Amino acid sequence: MADQPLIYARGLVKRFGEFTAVDGIDLDVAPGEAFGFLGPNGAGKSSTMRMIGCVSTPTAGELRILGMDAVHDGPRIRARLGVCPQLDNLDPDLTVRENLVTYARYFGLSRAESRRRADELLEFVQLGDRAGGKVEPLSGGMKRRLTIARAMVNEPDLVLLDEPTTGLDPQARHLLWERLFRLKQRGTTLVLTTHYMDEAEQLCDRLVVMDGGRIVAEGSPRSLIETYSTAEVVELRFPGMPEAGSRYAAALEGVGKRVDPLPDRVLVYVDDGDAALAEIQRRGLEPSSVLVRRSTLEDVFLHLTGRTLVD
Amino acid sequence: MVTTLVASRLSPGRVGAVIGRNVGALRSGPSYWIVLVSGFFEPLLYLLSIGVGVGALVGALTVDGRTMSYASFVAPAMLAVSAMSGALAETTFNFFFKLKYMKTFEAVLATPVRPIEIAVGELVWSIVRGSLYTAIFLVVMVAMGLVEPGWALAAFPATVLVGLAFGGLGMAVSTLMRGWQDFDLMGTGQFALFLFSGTFSPVRDYPAGVEVLIQLTPLYHAVELVRGLCMGVLGWGLLGHAAYLVVLAGAGIWFASRRLTRVLCD
Repeated sequence: MADQPLIYARGLVKRFGEFTAVDGIDLDVAPGEAFGFLGPNGAGKSSTMRMIGCVSTPTAGELRILGMDAVHDGPRIRARLGVCPQLDNLDPDLTVRENLVTYARYFGLSRAESRRRADELLEFVQLGDRAGGKVEPLSGGMKRRLTIARAMVNEPDLVLLDEPTTGLDPQARHLLWERLFRLKQRGTTLVLTTHYMDEAEQLCDRLVVMDGGRIVAEGSPRSLIETYSTAEVVELRFPGMPEAGSRYAAALEGVGKRVDPLPDRVLVYVDDGDAALAEIQRRGLEPSSVLVRRSTLEDVFLHLTGRTLVD
Repeated sequence: MVTTLVASRLSPGRVGAVIGRNVGALRSGPSYWIVLVSGFFEPLLYLLSIGVGVGALVGALTVDGRTMSYASFVAPAMLAVSAMSGALAETTFNFFFKLKYMKTFEAVLATPVRPIEIAVGELVWSIVRGSLYTAIFLVVMVAMGLVEPGWALAAFPATVLVGLAFGGLGMAVSTLMRGWQDFDLMGTGQFALFLFSGTFSPVRDYPAGVEVLIQLTPLYHAVELVRGLCMGVLGWGLLGHAAYLVVLAGAGIWFASRRLTRVLCD
């Protein structure tokens, strides 16, 4: 089991009519790993997650989850998965506790065991005091926590989280991250999609960047930064931007490895920020503001998937 | 064929869990109880107003050489209607809402439960609801002297079959609904069935073409089956009506589970 990947995909394709959502991807996720899908909207992350969740059937390619075939062993695989979908689909007709008890019953757990797990999980996600209330009055963060508790009710080997913290306030996000980290420490394999780079850096051991249905990069957050970006980024603003932007960008050519002119500022990707600043000064350029910062996954992401807005 | 296909795939535990969700809704507060209770009254009100009220003006009625009060002619039809509306309310409004807006089934399909198990579970629940209505309705009929207790017992399983048939039909229709505007259409169709299926007057009083048209629709067969049993008029024709309902139920559930798979598992 140790050397067998929990998720194994080769040439995985998902088409909806003429539209190709996932265009031949390979994946290997090891047990205990926290694995992330990064990518803009429409990159194919959610379609991939739905195939891994054995809800949507692959159009082509091989997909094995927990050593079983995703197409033929759907129910047996799903019995060992926990799924936290992008949009909360909690049951508004049921109380908070009944949401968990009912869900546990779908996995064939006895009523007594379902109740026991529901109470335990409500404590785990700090919703014990809301057990008897309805779902509707809960805040966004509480609903998310309840959805995650619901995903844990069958003690899954693999938990799939589709944009787990989208729309949450910082407190709620941090609480959720902390709970997810505890799951990971227990040895649960986590697979998540996100477009928050800090979330990917916080939670993921390894991630892939998807764009247009393909995997465009793969690695640990650190190795991705090393491969696709530089150690530091110098952000410069000049008077007269955006019109003067391209002129300044040309003047900055050669200061670092890459220059990225944006409407409001120019980014220069460099290995050593201080050395770059000295060079900028030597060239007689006079920016109105200067910021030197470390490279982040966001730089990698924007470099790989472009800056065009995707709706 | 359908039966073997269904049986080979169903897990009783998972079907039970789908039914259990609705029991859970009853446990979660009064709102679902209100929905459940309110659905019972419509056929009863028609029985009292038309069957008893208008019946006083109409007087006795002779159908197939048997003379009966108008109320005892209308009552079995209202019994069939309450089985229909109980099952339809559950498999149309509630089912559609769970499918389209609450995304309940999306959550359920992330578990080992299969689309067919959702369809069967919801259908069974709709029959439970419909049968609750018809059981109470039969008690009312017995109390009003509109049916003999023995024949009431015989009619009850027939009302379960009526619920099954309309539950299957309702669920199939629900998977095709685009939005709430379609429910107005369906409501009109349901009301037309309610008025013309031999409920308030014998179908042979209509022109021949209309009579044939009515004989193609499901409530007619439900009314004829239930009325025959309530009145103790047995004949081979009843088996034909029952067969129609069995086929409708099977086709409905087969179509619904196929559509569910297509809508939810793409």
